[in-house]
Amino acid sequence: MKAMAAKPTTAGTPANDDIGEAKRLALYRSQIRLREAEQRAFDLFLQNLVKGTSHLSLGQEAVAAGFAEAMQKGDLSFCTYRGHAHTLARGVSVEKVLGELMQKDNGLMRGKGGSMHLTSEDHGVMGSYAIIGAHLPIACGAAWRAQYRGDKDVSVCFFGDGTTNIGAFHEALNFAAVWKLPVVFVCENNLYMEYTPIGDVTAVPSPAGDRAAAYGLPKIVIDGNDADVVYREAQKAFAKARAGEGPSLIECLTYRHSGHSRADPAKYRPEGELERWKERDPIKIYRERLKQFGVSEQVMAEIDADVRREVDAATEACKAAPMPPTDILFTDVYADGGWAWRN
Amino acid sequence: MAEISYRDAVARGIAQEMARDKDVVFLGEDVAKAGGCFKATVGLYEQFGPLRVRDTPISEQAILGAAMGAAMTGLKPIAEIMFSDFIAVCFDYIANEFPKSRYMSNGQTKCPLVVRTGNGAGSRFGAQHSQSVENWCMMIPGLKVVAPSSPRDVIGLLAAAVRDPDPVIFFEHKSLYPIKGEVPDGEIVDTLGTAKILRPGTDCTILALALMVPRALEAAERLKAEHGIDAEVVDVRSLVPLDTQTILGSVGRTHRLFTVEENPRLCGWGAEIVSIVADEAFYDLDGPPVRITTPHIPLPAADHLEDMVLPTADRIVETVRRSLNS
Repeated sequence: MKAMAAKPTTAGTPANDDIGEAKRLALYRSQIRLREAEQRAFDLFLQNLVKGTSHLSLGQEAVAAGFAEAMQKGDLSFCTYRGHAHTLARGVSVEKVLGELMQKDNGLMRGKGGSMHLTSEDHGVMGSYAIIGAHLPIACGAAWRAQYRGDKDVSVCFFGDGTTNIGAFHEALNFAAVWKLPVVFVCENNLYMEYTPIGDVTAVPSPAGDRAAAYGLPKIVIDGNDADVVYREAQKAFAKARAGEGPSLIECLTYRHSGHSRADPAKYRPEGELERWKERDPIKIYRERLKQFGVSEQVMAEIDADVRREVDAATEACKAAPMPPTDILFTDVYADGGWAWRN
Repeated sequence: MAEISYRDAVARGIAQEMARDKDVVFLGEDVAKAGGCFKATVGLYEQFGPLRVRDTPISEQAILGAAMGAAMTGLKPIAEIMFSDFIAVCFDYIANEFPKSRYMSNGQTKCPLVVRTGNGAGSRFGAQHSQSVENWCMMIPGLKVVAPSSPRDVIGLLAAAVRDPDPVIFFEHKSLYPIKGEVPDGEIVDTLGTAKILRPGTDCTILALALMVPRALEAAERLKAEHGIDAEVVDVRSLVPLDTQTILGSVGRTHRLFTVEENPRLCGWGAEIVSIVADEAFYDLDGPPVRITTPHIPLPAADHLEDMVLPTADRIVETVRRSLNS
């Protein structure tokens, strides 16, 4: 666990609880929901029902849940192809997400986008971007609109450690800093850029944190497996953005329990690494936290069962759903709804 | 009515739209305080202020990405990419992001923005600051692609592009910036997807775009005066949407087709039009369609070399004359 450089969690105490029981239960429910939905996506893949590719966030739930629970309605999420969790965490139904992974007509985009492009603007999910780095400048643009109009929403942009080595990352960070934009950049450092350890291909130990100084930003590296830590840091960054004090760059240390994508068995990981990280599984950490705050096993079990019901019902609905009709092939290329490029 | 330059028409077109709609904002390198590398945006910063006319770092991906994010969330950005050659460093937005977001999201995501860019040769800038790259954009479903040839069209098509709900790539020709033309007073709004017959004729159709339009017009006058050939000159103006009806109508009357393209030979816009004409108007043709293009080479810097490779009025006259007399 040598990469776990962040300080130990300040968990708070029941006597001095800055988060509160309702929010803690919401954070728990969200993480369980992300875990169950992603695990189901994996199972459905093994049954050959999830098509194309898929990139799971198993093990990284605390980042998605912590940020989403700190967001307000109207705040905007910009995700990568590893975006199922961030999409679900903003309240999109499991059925819509699994339906898109299964490329069914009930999917979020009726099978036109696929797992890497989950978008639900009604929920503030402004797209999942499959070209590394592309969405950092796009999040800057949404934040520019907020700044220009005096809107109070924050644009939150999630990406992996690998993204810190592409040009668009650096262009966006400089741009956001110079324009003082209300955007929060969230690096999920899961230690691997696809199949390669991030340290093998990065000049500094903290791929995001050590770059912050170049853009006049403080280095922020946190325990991304503790939802309370994530939630608190998100709140701080959002308050800064809403106050007109500019962007933040937050590196969350976490770990991907599965491979990069469905094609990757992750055999490149050193022996014992996964097991060590599973000791720091965000859900394990959070169950202990809830117990410490006096939440009973029964309450947690009820949440678990409730979530499982949603995921089971979603799975059945998706299995039963039809494939998308062929007439959507030629819709929505242009704003008039069609695809005509000539008269 | 007043005579203004193509360069000044750019600023007038942007100003017309910014004055009309507060959601129109403008960003790019050196566009604000400096008034643009080609002085095509002089006065906008003074008129509309630093919140609406913004200088950016040399970060083409940030420029186009920011334009997209602003467009997705309600603004109508105009972004400048100084030289169209630089589209290559931000091509992800042109090829993957702007044109596909609406489709992939099943119609959720909107992207009403304009990318203005200085295109084309004639300034002796060499192979990386002189290209005509409209075909890079024409090939991508989801984009609209416009290239005006006159000051009036600059204003009208720019206004149409800003008001259009789709992403529009707007190619200004660098060598046209100094040319002047008559422009009516008051608001000018044109229509995307419309070609214009600039000179009616009966013996052949010459299609041209941007800088090639004045050359085609000059060639047509000389063909008439020197060879008695009456050429119809059509300014294509808009590659996407493409006004195939005007083009097919012209070929149906003249029975011969010539395209004049500044781009290098392979996959130029003329190839697509020739294929459409071959598919749909083959029996209207009295002879093979002929493409007059820059050869398939990078552009040289030296003035006499650059002049040799771009289509000229001389080359158009000679090509048309030989084809019609053969």
